[in-house]
Amino acid sequence: MLNVLLWLPLAVALVAVLMPRRAVAPFSFLGSLVTLGLAIALVVDFDSSVPGLQHEVSENWIPDLGISYALGVDGISLFLVLLTALLWSASFAFAAWRQPERRRNYFFMLGLAETGTLGAFLAQDLVLFVLFFDLMLVPFFFLIGAYGTGNRVQATIKMMIYTLVGSLLMLVGAIATGILVSEETGELSFALADLRANLLSEGTQDWIFCFFAAAFLVKMPAIPLHGWVPDAYRAAPLPVLALLSGVLSKVAAYGFLRVVFPIFPDAALEFQELVMIVAVASILYGSAMAFTQTNLRMIIAYSSIAQMGFITLGLFALTADGADGAVLHMINHGLVAWPVFFIIALLYERYGSEDLREMGGGALRAPVFATLFMIVTLALLAMPGSANFIGEFYILNAVFQEKVVYAIVASVGIAMAAFYALRMYQRTMHNRLPEGKESREISLRDGAVLAPMVAVIVGLALYPGLVLERGEASVQDKVGAVLAAAECEERFYASDGDPVTPAVAGIELDCE
Amino acid sequence: MDFNAPHIDYAGLSPVIALTGGLVAILIVAILTDARQRLAVTLTTYLTLGAAAGLCIWQWGEREDLVSGALRLDELALVATLIAIVSAAFVVPLSWREEAADNAPGPGGHGEFQGLIVASVLGMLLLSSAQNLVTFFVGLELLSIPLYVLCGSALRRTEALESGLKYLIVGSLGSALTLYGLALLYGGSGTTDFTGIRGAIGGDLASDPLILVGIGLVGTGLAFKLSIAPFHQWTPDVYQGAPTPVTAFMAVATKAAAFAVLVRFFDVALAPAVDDWQPALAALATVSIIVGNVGALAQNSLKRLLGYSGVAQAGYMLVGVVAFSAGGVSALFFYLAAYAFMNLAAFGVIVIRERETGFGDDIRSVQGLGRERPALAWALTISMLALAGLPGTAGFIGKLFLIEEAVAADYTWLGVLIVIGTMISLAYYLRVIAWVWMRPAYHADPTPETPHRTLPAMAGGSPDAEPASVGAAAEGPAGDRGPLLGGVRCPVIIGLTLLMAAATIFFGVIPAPLVDFVESAGDALAAAFE
Repeated sequence: MLNVLLWLPLAVALVAVLMPRRAVAPFSFLGSLVTLGLAIALVVDFDSSVPGLQHEVSENWIPDLGISYALGVDGISLFLVLLTALLWSASFAFAAWRQPERRRNYFFMLGLAETGTLGAFLAQDLVLFVLFFDLMLVPFFFLIGAYGTGNRVQATIKMMIYTLVGSLLMLVGAIATGILVSEETGELSFALADLRANLLSEGTQDWIFCFFAAAFLVKMPAIPLHGWVPDAYRAAPLPVLALLSGVLSKVAAYGFLRVVFPIFPDAALEFQELVMIVAVASILYGSAMAFTQTNLRMIIAYSSIAQMGFITLGLFALTADGADGAVLHMINHGLVAWPVFFIIALLYERYGSEDLREMGGGALRAPVFATLFMIVTLALLAMPGSANFIGEFYILNAVFQEKVVYAIVASVGIAMAAFYALRMYQRTMHNRLPEGKESREISLRDGAVLAPMVAVIVGLALYPGLVLERGEASVQDKVGAVLAAAECEERFYASDGDPVTPAVAGIELDCE
Repeated sequence: MDFNAPHIDYAGLSPVIALTGGLVAILIVAILTDARQRLAVTLTTYLTLGAAAGLCIWQWGEREDLVSGALRLDELALVATLIAIVSAAFVVPLSWREEAADNAPGPGGHGEFQGLIVASVLGMLLLSSAQNLVTFFVGLELLSIPLYVLCGSALRRTEALESGLKYLIVGSLGSALTLYGLALLYGGSGTTDFTGIRGAIGGDLASDPLILVGIGLVGTGLAFKLSIAPFHQWTPDVYQGAPTPVTAFMAVATKAAAFAVLVRFFDVALAPAVDDWQPALAALATVSIIVGNVGALAQNSLKRLLGYSGVAQAGYMLVGVVAFSAGGVSALFFYLAAYAFMNLAAFGVIVIRERETGFGDDIRSVQGLGRERPALAWALTISMLALAGLPGTAGFIGKLFLIEEAVAADYTWLGVLIVIGTMISLAYYLRVIAWVWMRPAYHADPTPETPHRTLPAMAGGSPDAEPASVGAAAEGPAGDRGPLLGGVRCPVIIGLTLLMAAATIFFGVIPAPLVDFVESAGDALAAAFE
């Protein structure tokens, strides 16, 4: 099942290339709906009591290099896979109705990107993960460079170099992990389960952690590694940008949970404070920048930095609750970011600009559009009642218990989010219409894309347990690895040798 | 005096015999045929290369000494030879419309051109199986001399002549250094045999200046051939000036053969002194990776760009030698095979566009290719992505393999260095892709590259001969983007180029067959590492 889910988008894309021009867009869109259907089936089929992997696939791929083709899904990746399939379907629809030039390439690249992203979420082999992590970037290079606006070529090359610098270092880190572990076990394997069973020494973990963290923090993006963001966001076409912001940034956060915590637990503990400082800085910087910008894209760009800061903060609280909240918040942010970019495209069609100062009065004669936008805005600012609120609550709650100072500073970010989100809504939908512009209701076609997305946001707000329950067991397992390392360390210092009961049930301590 | 005729293993020597016989046949066929010379010669060449390749595969798995130990028949030699044969087979159709072959001053232009290529392949076969200082040098020269001639074969282009002369001078310097080094090695060890040298030298080279200097000189000479920095200065000029098919052949096949002998020389003959040469080679790799990648950044000529990129790639490959393990050798040869696929695809596109646009090998020749010729654009894109080592291509697996071996050999920093080099390289590889896909086609009136007709006759060339204009008319209307210089729509060239690109992707997704293939090259040397 996972094999089909993973390769279907690419297969559809390849077939679409051979189709007549007119059929390319509808065919690609239908193909993405099938992928979405498979992802939903995966969720329905999911057994939430199992912390480990389900639907596992494991084949030898390059046995001589110890690389296996191993896929699997657990409570953490489950909804990220669904999110990927959902947002890609939405972007296919978005693009299909606007019929870009040279659309064969366009839809082929989108399909390739979907396979790459799904691969990163499903991979259970470290090298395979790195491979997909890099692969998903390649189509975005083409999509931004060939279909973007403004200074697109420089922007896309800058993005590639920034993100690949991180992820190539990660490649070395991954290889080093496999080789060093194999020196102990005698068998070369990059399977995550094997690496987890034989942890590296703390000093080695530390430098490898730095390589992985560099890759993830660039991708996220976090301060001060966000240099590629402004250019790329300005240049990218909106259906692509919605995916970049909605899904790709999540792969990085997911990487911490999937790879770093289980395999480098000691290092995660060691660098906890540093990463939290980065996260808090991202929240403050992102929020502050978001309400000084007038370009709508840039508001969302910086807001993404802030939201990703929250997610990182939740992960590095290193408690099950924090990580659970972070997983929920990843889904939330993806679900909110996509509609916002779609709305920006609609506003651009009305005002011919993406600048707040040239907009206003959008709600006039457009009640449905205004309502949908309002719901998205409220979700963006994490209004109580929205799933975003619950995500942030879980995160902050966990951080309060662990590191009060960071929690207090981070709460400022929530207030700032309210400010920039409402400002964005007011300046676009309220006030007077600018001269010569006309407000109009959302078209049926666009409504058919936006309304289901908003419905999903509302649905998740009503029942966030959908994500939380299924994620709980797996999250506890991953964070448990770090907690176990912490316990071991404590036990090491308390040299009395008193047996310490593990803080998290179900985690076996294996201290050397 | 008692004289025992040495036992000759004709089966083991059969590829050598096939290439030599074929070489003679090509030259004779070229003289005998006139009207259909190109077809006849090409068929003979393919027959020769095919026979040689078939015999190589037939001998696969044999590991034995030939000609009293002067040559070693094993998978290491066979893999290198097969890479050379593949690139020769790719280059032959590229040369069909090449001025040097089509419009040669004497009769038999195609025969000379293709004959020289086959001669060079023969040299590569000898070089990669050499396990004696004498055959080492003979192979090296047999490889190089045809290339000197081929570089300068476009008699009416000053750049080509300059390139040929430059390559001759620098190459001779390299050969001279190698020869001097070989002499010193013989003086120091008392034997010309690789295994004999292995037994004669100790672990501490510093105490034996004769051998140390010898090794240094041989290493320098090989570094010239492999264009490893800081001995690479000739590379961009020669690459740019030489006829593009020759450049393609030089870039790919020479590397395979020279690396084969480098591996055999260092890993077999000098194994006891590994602690002495390992850091030196690591330093060379470092310099090469940095110099090559930085040098390529500002290039507008695609051939120069690939020249500098070749310097950097040679640095990556050198890491496989530094690793000093069977796995390292396998990684090196995996990379060489991948490098052959991706580089040949790029050169195929360059040749086509060179004849099509009149921009020569300038980056403008591929501008807007994505709209105009999507198939070619994809071939070039795949090649660039693979050279940059992005996943899904053989280049990625190759780098992965090399880094793995570097880490396993406790040279993690070299692995990091490969990655840093890759980061720098992204800037220029992605730039080419950006020109292909992200710019409209260049429609300003290009000035066609006019052949230098005023050049005095050289080597029997007649100034009256009409160059150019030959192929163009036959190919139909020239279109509105400058004159077509011929060979543009040739399905064979396009087909082969796409085949190379497809192989790059195929071995990136399903690398296991290629890994198995090169692994036997590593196994062949396994005994050397004990």
